[in-house]
Amino acid sequence: MSLTDEIKPMHLDVLREAGNIGAGNAATALSQLLNKKIDLNVPSVRIVDFQEMQNMAGGEEKVVAAAFLRVTGEAPGSMFLILQKEEAEELAFSLTGKEVNIIDDSFDELAASALRELGNILAGAYLSALADFTSISMQPSVPSLAVDMAGAIISAGLLEISQAGDYAIVIDTVMEEAGKEEAANANGQFFLLPDPEAFYKIFQSLGVEWND
Amino acid sequence: MTKIQEGQVVKVGMADWKMAAAPDTVRTSGLGSCIGTVLYDEKQQLAVLAHIMLPDSGMAGNKEINRAKFADTALADIFSVLQRKGCRMGQLKAKLAGGAQMFSFSSGSEMMRVGPRNAEAVKQILRNCNIPVTAEDTGGNKGRTIEFDPQTNKLSIRTVNQGESYI
Repeated sequence: MSLTDEIKPMHLDVLREAGNIGAGNAATALSQLLNKKIDLNVPSVRIVDFQEMQNMAGGEEKVVAAAFLRVTGEAPGSMFLILQKEEAEELAFSLTGKEVNIIDDSFDELAASALRELGNILAGAYLSALADFTSISMQPSVPSLAVDMAGAIISAGLLEISQAGDYAIVIDTVMEEAGKEEAANANGQFFLLPDPEAFYKIFQSLGVEWND
Repeated sequence: MTKIQEGQVVKVGMADWKMAAAPDTVRTSGLGSCIGTVLYDEKQQLAVLAHIMLPDSGMAGNKEINRAKFADTALADIFSVLQRKGCRMGQLKAKLAGGAQMFSFSSGSEMMRVGPRNAEAVKQILRNCNIPVTAEDTGGNKGRTIEFDPQTNKLSIRTVNQGESYI
């Protein structure tokens, strides 16, 4: 039986709650960093094929800035902070005071390292809340940053999963600045992609029954 | 009334492959560590584009697998379909693009190097079958969108920073 046959709505609810707690902490960290109110959408937890996963990030060819890190420990996985182009440029401006365009030379090492550090802080906040909630120790790697097509970026996080199957369980949380026009479409997304073997550990820690 | 035949663009998703005959073209978007492998027959103006994710089906264990995901199983299937279509192995040529490493980590996990390993696995199989690689754009750390035209045998490669080029 594959993972995606075994998983029940109850399991998705538990993962949604875990994502909510993690992203809540990350949004607080971002709000303090920028001194702005950040809104958080209720996370969606979905079982998606690889194509849908790319679409969730805006489409295969959409240019995004992404901080990617691997989580090691008892519940390994991959994590992304995906920023759409406008959002990445706005955040780089807030943090460095310089106007940049992420797809040309104005996106210098300073702007890149500011976004990488942002990824580090937010992912750290997300994972530490998640680790407290689940009592599972999670060690994030230092994030790596890339600006490229969403398809190319997302595939890096699918490698572990793709060995075992053709579907990913992804916890997707959208953050946006409070009171912003929706049309601006500037938002940041967290994707948490637990490796297949991590689910048993997560459910066990939270006292949810799981037939492995 | 006769109409000039316009080609369609056949789209290939991740871990999939498709065939196109002129005047159609075949395209895949957002290749990162995956490798886009084009096998084409100039005489028949026929091409297959595979969007391969992983080098070896042995990585999946004994589970039922999507054969299009792995270099070994995808190419084996493509060869047999092309042969059924009347292509001779000796006439096939290949073009490759992709196999990048999108993120770098100092810890150097083997999985992160999968791009170069994908390229190497595909080339090894092609060497064993005596299929020449006439052009390639592999490695680096950039995503690529590629489109092959079986009429001209040109592979267009688009990246975010360097625009479009042809190999």
